[in-house]
Amino acid sequence: MILQVQDLSVSFGDIQVVDGVSFGVQRGRTLGIVGESGSGKSVSSLAVLGLHRDAAVTGSIVFDGEELVGAPAEQLRRLRGSRMAMIFQDPLSSLHPFYTVGEQIAEAYRLHRRTSRKVARERAVEMLAEVGIPEPRRRAGEHQHRFSGGMRQRVMIAMALACEPDLLIADEPTTALDVTVQAQILELIARIQAERGLAVIMITHDLGVVARIADEVLVMYGGRTAEHARSRAVFKDTRHPYTRGLLDSAPGAVQETGGRLRAIPGSPPSPLEPPSGCRFHPRCPSAMEVCAAERPALLGADHKVACHLEGVTL
Amino acid sequence: MTLYLLRRLGAVAAILLVICAVTFVIFYVVPSDPAVQACGKTCTPERVAEVRAQMGLDRPVWEQFGAYVVGIFAGRTLAAGVECGFPCLGFSYQNSLPVWDLLIDRLGTSVSLAIGAAALWLVIGLSVGVISALRRGSALDRTLMVTTLTSASLPVYFVAMLLLLFAVRVTGLLPYPAYVELTEDPVAWASNLILPWVTLAALYAAMYARLSRAQMIETMAEPYIRTARAKGLHERTVVTKHGMRAAVTPIVTIFGMDLGGLLAGAMITETVFGLPGIGRLAYDGIVKADQPVILGTTLLAAFFIVLANLLVDLVYAVIDPRVRYS
Repeated sequence: MILQVQDLSVSFGDIQVVDGVSFGVQRGRTLGIVGESGSGKSVSSLAVLGLHRDAAVTGSIVFDGEELVGAPAEQLRRLRGSRMAMIFQDPLSSLHPFYTVGEQIAEAYRLHRRTSRKVARERAVEMLAEVGIPEPRRRAGEHQHRFSGGMRQRVMIAMALACEPDLLIADEPTTALDVTVQAQILELIARIQAERGLAVIMITHDLGVVARIADEVLVMYGGRTAEHARSRAVFKDTRHPYTRGLLDSAPGAVQETGGRLRAIPGSPPSPLEPPSGCRFHPRCPSAMEVCAAERPALLGADHKVACHLEGVTL
Repeated sequence: MTLYLLRRLGAVAAILLVICAVTFVIFYVVPSDPAVQACGKTCTPERVAEVRAQMGLDRPVWEQFGAYVVGIFAGRTLAAGVECGFPCLGFSYQNSLPVWDLLIDRLGTSVSLAIGAAALWLVIGLSVGVISALRRGSALDRTLMVTTLTSASLPVYFVAMLLLLFAVRVTGLLPYPAYVELTEDPVAWASNLILPWVTLAALYAAMYARLSRAQMIETMAEPYIRTARAKGLHERTVVTKHGMRAAVTPIVTIFGMDLGGLLAGAMITETVFGLPGIGRLAYDGIVKADQPVILGTTLLAAFFIVLANLLVDLVYAVIDPRVRYS
């Protein structure tokens, strides 16, 4: 395991946003973290990079043998961009408007590898070529506003991968893009992953994305783990009613339900006033009395599920 | 780009012409007769009429205006055969000197005042703003913001008086400001200008601090700042290279116009400190209804502001790559 996260909790003041989540990812493998907005998936991944400046992070985050929770800021900074990299949802606002994309790619490379400007600039051009940007030398001298959405996300990927990190965290990298471009970006990530043996954490609310590229899936709800298993098991042997709901509400499931999308009723819980017991119980079609009273334990060895229905046939 | 520049310069000329016309008309309708002033108190009505004719004041206003505008570019001959060379802004009624010479004579003082104060307020204002933004909500931030709000609310003449009282009267740290040319004695130049600089800077630094704080807070919340941190950059690089670079862009606009306005004289500051600048000249012109001086100083101020605006727009194309003129 290049990354092993144990019992991670993240709070902002009195508000707990992530509550005891564990996951890990190996080199060359992809972990998909799935959940609605506010489920804590982005917060968890930002915690791995130490990018929460005013949050209390507890638990354990071990990256390649190094404990990161409580580590000095400088230690985390050295890892960021060099061994752990991240790409974000909206490449337009995630790229600086005043610097050329070449400068932005070269910047981190130059810092972490202590190279000259010239070498770093060459590296930027090389990376742009690698992520499939035509005329990379010319394009390196242009600003982000001259690129299309998909091209910008390629630039972000080039920037993230310039220092050859071991771990890439992709936070909804295709959400802001056209469907056809989405597929290209996912293919690009998969290709580079295969070439370099990169560990990838793919954060998304889109089960279609997860089904395509994830080896393992972590389903989060209200800051907690709902279901966690190998990708195939999650799709074929769905155990948690929330995961079930997510699968049924995906557009791919339309045919089975006679042309109508089946949405999960209600809305995600507010971290300000989380529901008692199982956080999904107010929206759960199979809720029982115990669900409102007790928090379900996360049970199972390979296929972990936090549901009072475990053992009961769905 | 060339076309854009030509179009903008054309607009500059048009704006100046309009300002000139408006100022001209305002002072034409003001009930004060320059002929009476020029002639003196003991003049007979016949003599006043003579003077009026000599000065061309009996001609229609548009004719006078036309002569004035032509004079700016080509020079003209004034009453009693006095030659007024290019660029002719007329003669001051009060001291019978060409307005242009008066302006040139005073420009050094106003420029010294404006540049020095601007350097001071930029350094103080931006530092305070950035520190406040980075320490948002802290006791330091609150203290600085209350201080700047107070400083921005105090009238210039009040701050000037306070400074004079403490620095000159009570402690005797500084001499009473008396303008010395930079070329003459740089040390005396600076020590005499410290109080006026501080006076002006106190007001502007406070406004710039509040503005840059707001800009900085907004910028530091941008996703590209998160990207910069995710790249593992040092926090100081994130703040200066990525944060401040974007945050100062709108401040450039305001700075250009503020500086442009001040170059043509800070009327209150110059008057309180008795500095012989253009602001002081304008003040004297207004008090004495010296129409050519008022027109001249107004035009100069308009010229600087309009020019500053144009420069700001051109600078923008350099600092913000998204801006392209065509």
